[in-house]
Amino acid sequence: MRRTLYILLRNPLSVLGIVLIALVVLCALFADFIAPFPSHVGAVVDFSNFNQPPHWPNIMGTDLVGRDLFSRIVFAYRISLLLAAVVLVIAVPIGVVMGLVAGYFGGWVEYVLMRITDVFLSIPPLVLAMSIMGVLEPTLTNGMLAVTAMWWPWYTRLIYNITRAEKEEGYVLAAEIVGASKLHIIFREILPNCIPAIITKMTLDCGFVILIASSLSFLGLGVQPPTPDLGSMVAEGANYLPDSWWLSVFPGAAILLAVFGFNLLGDALRDVLGSEE
Amino acid sequence: MTPALRIFLQRLGTSLLVLFGVSVLIFIIARVIPGDPARIALGPNATAEAVTALRQQLHLNDSIVVQYGYFISGLLHGDLGISLYTNRPVMADLAQFLPATLELIFFSGLMIVGFGLPLGIAAARWRNTWVDGLVRVLSLLGVSAPGFVWAVVLMLLLAYFVPLFPIAGRISDGFVVPPVTGFLLVDTLLAGHPDACLDALRHIILPAFALALSGIGQVSRLTRAHMIETYEKPYIEMAEAYGFPERRIANKYALKPSMIPSLTIIGLEFAALLGNAFLVESVFAWPGLSKYGVQVILRKDLNAIVGTVLVISCMFLIANIVVDLLVLVINPRIRLSQRRS
Repeated sequence: MRRTLYILLRNPLSVLGIVLIALVVLCALFADFIAPFPSHVGAVVDFSNFNQPPHWPNIMGTDLVGRDLFSRIVFAYRISLLLAAVVLVIAVPIGVVMGLVAGYFGGWVEYVLMRITDVFLSIPPLVLAMSIMGVLEPTLTNGMLAVTAMWWPWYTRLIYNITRAEKEEGYVLAAEIVGASKLHIIFREILPNCIPAIITKMTLDCGFVILIASSLSFLGLGVQPPTPDLGSMVAEGANYLPDSWWLSVFPGAAILLAVFGFNLLGDALRDVLGSEE
Repeated sequence: MTPALRIFLQRLGTSLLVLFGVSVLIFIIARVIPGDPARIALGPNATAEAVTALRQQLHLNDSIVVQYGYFISGLLHGDLGISLYTNRPVMADLAQFLPATLELIFFSGLMIVGFGLPLGIAAARWRNTWVDGLVRVLSLLGVSAPGFVWAVVLMLLLAYFVPLFPIAGRISDGFVVPPVTGFLLVDTLLAGHPDACLDALRHIILPAFALALSGIGQVSRLTRAHMIETYEKPYIEMAEAYGFPERRIANKYALKPSMIPSLTIIGLEFAALLGNAFLVESVFAWPGLSKYGVQVILRKDLNAIVGTVLVISCMFLIANIVVDLLVLVINPRIRLSQRRS
């Protein structure tokens, strides 16, 4: 643990990643204090100051109804991170348990579970989430549901591959010989060896969940206005290019910054923890 | 039966099974819609009789298993039902919008291979130098933003500020191209209009590049990682000891074993392209599936949703079968075991 941290802190790229993530998390936690105009998160209008380029005190300009863009981006981070956290907290345990079970038991259990996984994996992720969102009403909770439904199979496949390799190792055989229960072997022997891979993938996925969720709302299938969301902000601004470039460029850059941070850290973690794709 | 053929048939069988699973899954998703699709389609002013008639016509009163039966038997006849949004057969709608999307995706795929592989090879050959660092940061940046963000940035920079490329659309007004394949880049040449082809090419470059960026990042990262592993092998050391040129070692000996994982990731990227095309198309007003897909979802147009998702998944499965075939062709272990038997 200490060694991992030491290596991470010596690599300038992973330090940059940690700094970016810290910034995003701080924005999300203390949005009320950081945003200069916290009331602009809702349905506020100020037509005396609408669609203005960056200037003081609206450092990223104002949107089409005069709300401060910077304040809305800060609050959008809160929703993005919340969504990423909820999706991963639900999807990862489901995916991991299915992968462990399929990998360890083999036979028809493996066949059925992995074919179900294949079905989910053979619909492009965004398309699957889109069709689920299309069926449900576009709310934050349903957005989480849609993204969760497409996320667990990736963990199933990852853990399944690791479990199949670990199952052949001597320590599993030893545990079987001394009569350990299957539950014990799966969760106390094999699972700990999957943890590095899970941590790496979860770090990368924090970024990718944010990315997919913003894509959904970009298409109008995600969080609905007036709730601030990075994707729908870009979509709105894209109609006013090139004159009102700040409307889409700043929210777009905000997505890039957050996802880039998680990718830098995840990439470095993969090198340190030595887990393969 | 040769081993290669057996593996291929096995994959084909699994793919068909998976496609069946996809059809069940998507059908279930489409049928749990809260609210009455017939009522939504006809609007709030429709009479109760009209709604009942449409429910009858769509078999909405039958059990879900019977509905699925109707759906499958239609599918086998190439019939996906009528879109409630356009009032035309879903097949006809897809035939109209799909070629533009496919053209964009194929062009993007070419860019992914054309940029991603060389970047990965360069990073591995000059590993732990500034070249490697640069490729690594660029590829991470590429995967760190959704296609629509790159689309906005590229459009702003290369269409507005430096007007190198057209802003939107697929081809300039004034060119009349008789549709043959539906791919404008091909159709213009078939019609004998090289200038129209050039115009279409100028239109496709920006959206395709915006779409390709994340794939380029993924492919170059993976190619680099696998090649660096290969560079540790004794046979590379031997080639170096013999004094083979660095370039030949990189492009021939170190690259070859890495081609299989790279090909696999390119196949997977195809899924990402199919989804992300929706995002990029809407920024560049590309006349593909995007607008149709989003509209039918917003209007809860069941037949069209099911048809669109099914066709997209089909494309993806076909792409992966092609990748599997290519892997069979280049993997000497399978090819040679075939010769021996």
